Formats: sequence, C-alpha cells, structure tokens
Amino acid sequence: MNRKPLWEQIVQQLEMRSAELGLAILQHIKLVAISMGIAIVIGVALGIAVSRIRKLEAPVIGTASTLQTIPSLALLGFMIPLFGIGEKPAIIALFLYSLLPIIRNTYAGIAGVDKSVIEAATGMGMTNAQILFRIQLPLAFSVIMAGIRTSAVINVGTATLAAFIGAGGLGDFIFLGISRSMDALVLIGAVPAALLALLLDFLLGRLERAVAPKGLKM
Amino acid sequence: MVVFEQVSKTYKNGFQPVKSLSFRVRRGEFLVLIGPSGCGKTTTLKMINRLIPHTSGTITVDGKDIARQDPVELRRNIGYVIQQIGLFPHYTIEENIALVPSLKGWDRRRIRQRVEELMHLVGLDPAVFARRYPKELSGGQQQRVGVARAMAADPELILMDEPFGALDPITREQLQEEFMRLQKELRKTVVFVTHDMDEAIRLGDRIAILKDGELLQLDTPEQLLTNPVHGFVEQFIGKNRIFQNPDLLPITEVMRTEPATISPHRSPERAITHMRQRRTDTLLCVDDKGRLLGIISAWDLQGDARRIETVREIMQPAEPVLPLTASAKDALVHITESRFGLIPVVDDQGKLSGVVTRGSLLTVLAGRWKENGNGEVGNP
Repeated sequence: MNRKPLWEQIVQQLEMRSAELGLAILQHIKLVAISMGIAIVIGVALGIAVSRIRKLEAPVIGTASTLQTIPSLALLGFMIPLFGIGEKPAIIALFLYSLLPIIRNTYAGIAGVDKSVIEAATGMGMTNAQILFRIQLPLAFSVIMAGIRTSAVINVGTATLAAFIGAGGLGDFIFLGISRSMDALVLIGAVPAALLALLLDFLLGRLERAVAPKGLKM
Repeated sequence: MVVFEQVSKTYKNGFQPVKSLSFRVRRGEFLVLIGPSGCGKTTTLKMINRLIPHTSGTITVDGKDIARQDPVELRRNIGYVIQQIGLFPHYTIEENIALVPSLKGWDRRRIRQRVEELMHLVGLDPAVFARRYPKELSGGQQQRVGVARAMAADPELILMDEPFGALDPITREQLQEEFMRLQKELRKTVVFVTHDMDEAIRLGDRIAILKDGELLQLDTPEQLLTNPVHGFVEQFIGKNRIFQNPDLLPITEVMRTEPATISPHRSPERAITHMRQRRTDTLLCVDDKGRLLGIISAWDLQGDARRIETVREIMQPAEPVLPLTASAKDALVHITESRFGLIPVVDDQGKLSGVVTRGSLLTVLAGRWKENGNGEVGNP
C-alpha cells in the first residue's frame, strides 16, 4: 500500500469523493433536522404537560432518562428488529435520544418562572392558555433553547452512528475509513460532523438572542 | 359591595384557615384585614377573586354569588395588587398596565389613553417610563405600576395583599400617602391585607382583626383603639399606640386654652397694650358671647393705627379654623396654611375654645416622643 502523507491523502480523497461528501452532508443534515424537529415539538409538549400535571413527572422524565442511558449504538440496534434499516429507524432513534434535554429544560424553565408573576397573571384574569403562551413560554424561552442546543449537538454526533443501520450521512465516511484503516476518510467524515455541530450550536445561539424577550436581556 | 356569609375554607387534611367568616365591605370603603401570620387574612382576600376557592358559605361581589361566575371574568373586574408586585418582566411598563384592558378587548386608542392617564395618576411620566421594562425601575416605581395595572380597567373593587410590605420605610410611607390621595379621589372599594398596625390605622376606614381564621373585631380605627372588645385585640394593637399617633390624639391635647382675645370695638391703642401684656403679636377677635370673628396682627396695627378707630377695620378672617373634634394630625396639616402660625379651635357653636400654635404643637408632640422613648420608628 502506498502511504502518502495524510494531507495529500485528504486532498486526493476529497477530489475523488467531493460529490459523495456533499450528499452525505445533506443526508446528515436531513437526519438531524427531521429528528430534531419532531423532538422539539414532542419534547416541548411533554415538558409543558409535565409542568401542568405533576403526576406525569415520574413516568415521562423517567422514560426519557432511561432512553438516554442506553448507549446510542445499542439504541440504533434496537431499531432494526422494530423498523428495519435505513432512514426511518435512524430518525426514530435520534428523536428518542434528543428528547430528554428538551423535556427537562422545558419543564425546568416553566417551573422556574417567578410564582408571583403567575399569581398576578391569574389574579388579573388571564386564562391558563394565555398564561402559558404569553407568560410561561416566553419567560422559559432561554432555558428551553439551552435544552434544544444541548440536544442538537448530541444529535449531530449520534447521527454519525446512523450509518451503521444504513441511514447514510457523514458516518459512512468514518466507517469506511475505519474498515480500510484510512485516516483521511475518517477525518473527511468527522471534521464536517464536528463543524456541523458547532455551526448548529452557533446558529441556535444567534436565534435565541434574536428572539428572546427584550425585557429579560438587561 | 363584598359580602361574606359564614364562609369557611377547609383543606382536605382538615386544616381550616378561615372559619365561618361573616362581614360586609361597603361600597367605596377601605377595609383592612389584619392579624398575626397564619390568621387567614390572605386566604380571606384570595377567596374574593377565587384564587383560593372557599369550601362553604357564600361570597357575593356586587350582589352576585362569585361561585356562579366564571373566575376569569370575575378576576378581570377586580383589581389585584400583591406584595411581590409580579410585573411581567418581558412586557414594557405600558404593556403591563394595558394587560387587563387588552384582555377585555378594548381598542388600541382607548388603551393608549388609559395607560397614559394611569401613569400620570401614579406619578410616572409616560414619556420616560412607558417603553421601559420592569427591571429598569426601582421597587417603589414598580409597585406604582402594580397599582396602575390593578386600576387599568377601572374596577369597582381592588384587592391588595400587603402591597407596600416589601418596600423600604420611606418609599412605603410615600406610596401610602399617594394611595390615600388617589383613594380620596376615586373612592374605590378596597380590601387591603397587612400585618402592620400603623399602616392599618393610617389607611383603613375600618379594620378587621383576624386570629386563627376568626374575625375578632371589625371597627373604625378610633373604635378599635378606644374600645377593643377582645383582650387579644388590645394586645395586638398596643394600648399606647393611641398616644403615638397624631391621628388619634385629640386636638385639645395640643391646644392652649385662654388665648389672647379682644373685642372688635376696641381702639388700636388698646390692642397694642393688650398685645404687649400678653406677649403676642396677634389677637383673636370675639364677640360678647365668645364667638370667633377674626384675627388682628401687630403688623397691620402698626401700619394703620393712626388711620382707624376700632380694630374691626383691620380684622381679617382667622382661616383656617378647626373644630374641637379635630385631631392633632389635622392641626399638623393645617398649621402650614395658617398665615399667622396659629389655628383657633372653636366648639360647635362657634365659640373660641383655644388656639393651636406651632409652639404648642411641637412641645406636646416632642413630649410624647420622649414619654415613648423606645417607641417604634415611623410614628410621627
């Protein structure tokens, strides 16, 4: 085997596989976007439900915590007998894996809203829905966003493992590189995955600052 | 306006913070609920807007049983102010005040006008504060917003739960004064919870003393202080409080009897001699039955002594005049308006009974201070 310096290998592989890499990045983003989208909707909803109905706290938070303790690779493995291989089981696994930080932060954010504000709101005749949407969610927004950011970063990393069950994405390069013991291929998969995680975190941070209620920023 | 009929609150564990309470709050009245912590005063207040549901008896507001009303609708028609203020930190001051009107669906122009009017009313300049956020305001300013917010939709009834309790003493007194002034103008029905007896006496038309969920006495401050019906009431309000509070000190305590008087038919020379004898620069003119007619001063006498024959010609009205039933506080308030630094006190037939001067006021009040040497700070 000819062993060129790592840098040259990388350049060579990039020339050979640039189209493939582009597709893999898009596939990776797709996995993350869909699973995160569902996780945000369901996670925030469950977080709200838990904050309203205290009885739900133990089962919901418990289940989500248990899911989080399963090694990510094992969770992906569990999906195969249930949903087969490909995109669908990967998205479901990533979704389940992203739930906990979102549920927990939504719940904590709502529970952390000053009791006197809620009392004043109720006392002045706001309905429960008005209190939720006009008071609790805006005031819990930055805490919820922190949960979403944590989830997103974990999600981008875990999505590289989705290649194992045939969902594609940047993981394909990493596993190919490992099996052929070509560091250049591993890096071509790993570096964009890391950059993607950083970029997503950065963008979500910007979004948070842009959307967060003004009166809280002082 | 608010009627409690044998209202109780019993929790599932059997704890009863309020026991068969019956009383009524009149329209336009300022009623204070007071008692030691755990006496049920806050529970009582919160039952009125159904933040805490009562478990038996009936509460009616404006003649309507609150249990049969939609709680949201009920609350929108009752102002609510709490100790922790509870402004929405993500709303501007303007938006905070506009809350109830906007919930009620007022149109924008009307809301804008109302917010501006209210901000002026509570002493916050809209041009400066309307667009600010609660965090940018001091505690006192925040509670002004809290009061404005409670009055936004012009409710007949306002519930206040220790609204000034978290403020520093100076700000508290200032807000109490301003709220009293507002109340005199607006005549809202107010139910006000406090644990501070001085505040209760200063603000309340009537005071309800609660202990262990029961109403011990509901009376005017004067009645409570002079006729406490219960040993606890006496102990709770403190017997010597009456002497510390100029509101409750009768004017006769600070008045000098036998003031220097003169008949209006006397000559100016006679008046000057009289002043010299009594070492005073003013004389009160009374008729032969002792009724107050007016006042003459040395200053006017000097200028016009040669021109006039009787002092009647330079006599002026002796404004302000107080009746015998007034309090030392009234004297304190009115002495500043008095041109000659004194206030004549007359009985119900207009007969001169005495005179309050700055000197007599200060001597008596300062003496009281000394007697109550270790008295609490904040009782002027």
